[in-house]
Amino acid sequence: MDRSGVQISVQDLTHSYSSRGPVTFDQVNLESKPGEVLAIIGRSGCGKSTLLHIMAGLLAPTAGSIRLNNIEVKEPSPKWVMMFQAPHLFPWMQVSQNVGIGLKFANFAEDKIRERVEKTIKLVDLEEFAESNVQDLSGGQQQRVALARSLVMEPEMLLLDEPFSALDAFTRASLQKDVRSIAKSMGINLVIVTHSIDEAVLMADRAVIMAGSPGKIKEEIMVELPEERAAQDPEVQKIRGHLMETFRQASTVTH
Amino acid sequence: MIENAQESESFVKTWLIDRIAYPALGFAILIGLWAIGGWFLEANPATSSFVKFGLVPTLQAVPGLIESGYVAEHVIASGYRLLIGLFLAVLIGVPIGIAIGLSKITEQVTNEPFQLLRMVSPLSWMPVVVFVFPKWDQAIIFLIAVAAIWPVVYATAAGLKKVDPAWFKVSRNLGANFYKMLAQVIFPAIAFDIFTGIRLALGIAWVVLVPAELLGVSSGLGYAIKDARETLAYDHLTAMVVVIGIIGFTLDTIVGVLVKKYSWQKDV
Repeated sequence: MDRSGVQISVQDLTHSYSSRGPVTFDQVNLESKPGEVLAIIGRSGCGKSTLLHIMAGLLAPTAGSIRLNNIEVKEPSPKWVMMFQAPHLFPWMQVSQNVGIGLKFANFAEDKIRERVEKTIKLVDLEEFAESNVQDLSGGQQQRVALARSLVMEPEMLLLDEPFSALDAFTRASLQKDVRSIAKSMGINLVIVTHSIDEAVLMADRAVIMAGSPGKIKEEIMVELPEERAAQDPEVQKIRGHLMETFRQASTVTH
Repeated sequence: MIENAQESESFVKTWLIDRIAYPALGFAILIGLWAIGGWFLEANPATSSFVKFGLVPTLQAVPGLIESGYVAEHVIASGYRLLIGLFLAVLIGVPIGIAIGLSKITEQVTNEPFQLLRMVSPLSWMPVVVFVFPKWDQAIIFLIAVAAIWPVVYATAAGLKKVDPAWFKVSRNLGANFYKMLAQVIFPAIAFDIFTGIRLALGIAWVVLVPAELLGVSSGLGYAIKDARETLAYDHLTAMVVVIGIIGFTLDTIVGVLVKKYSWQKDV
């Protein structure tokens, strides 16, 4: 796949779960360049996960719109796919069947499914487990299957809802690195929702801080770091410190 | 290597004891009790006319009944009614079960009337169905379907309640419509429960079939038993009882294998 990603425009997005209920977030505006990795950081309850669900077409906004290269997101599509906090794999299927299920939904031919599934399983380093039942895999391996299941659709935008929060530190670090590099190599825009500042620094090109109730975008910070990033690098530490301080200030003002 | 060989030997030994030795012992006890019963019938002059109920006369009668095609004729007649009745129960019961499992309102609307209907003995519909259906065959099929539908409905609904709602979200996220979700996610997820329901339904249907065939029809295993009783061919009667038991056991084993095949939970 030779692509460079899409321009994402979130315009005046507002959401409330009911007409009389509280507003989850209000007038959110966001832009993301083609191929960019954008992290949305915020405390629990600020609406960042709801924002991601709307971006995936799984929830409808109360007002405003999301566009990918001028195509409005109104419902789920293989072009914008979300990866959830838990893998939610289908336990009666093997790894390869789980990975190919989206292609099956989209009526792809069997040989095309096989070809794409093989390629994607290789990409996430699970070749030796292709025929294993997913219940026999570790948490990290299961999350890799979920990643492959999203990547096999060759989406233009991949949305990640705290996808590594339940994993151990080593597995998390390895997946953070792999997901970023795979997205870059495939020209996929990544939008990651996280409450981990470390994750934002290690994965993102840009981080936005969401805070308040109703939630609003408070700050925006460029994460200008080389592709190879390690938590102990001084540059990483410096941006981490800056992000931490900005996050603290933004959260303090509104709480 | 040696440890593996020892483990495998111990596994085979346990399997032989659990799956062969114990069931064989159970059957031996059952056959022994039957033989003792037959001996008592023979020893008591007051019951000597019932001697043919015993083990030996029955076993002697079986080959003749099989060779003459008598068993096959009645098994086919009963099998036809059973299969059509079960098929109808599954055809109607699974969609109802899915509707109950997916919709709280459907569950609330149907719960009380269904519980009431479920408690009515299927055979008590007999006087009604003979008026409704022009043929006895149809009446018996209806009774089997009425008896078999409830386990299918409730096992399907229970299966759906265990389905992780996140699977629907994941499927929608990957672009599945309702029918794709039904075929690729819902049915595989609840196949185990549907087959468990069919297994229970089969047991009930098999039990209902024989008494239903005692009335009206001139074929089937129930009729064969009635015919044997009326002609005082008690060895034929017990032989048909044995045939009913063996077929029921075989059908249950086949559906049991399907239940296991479609079970995806590691601990089941």
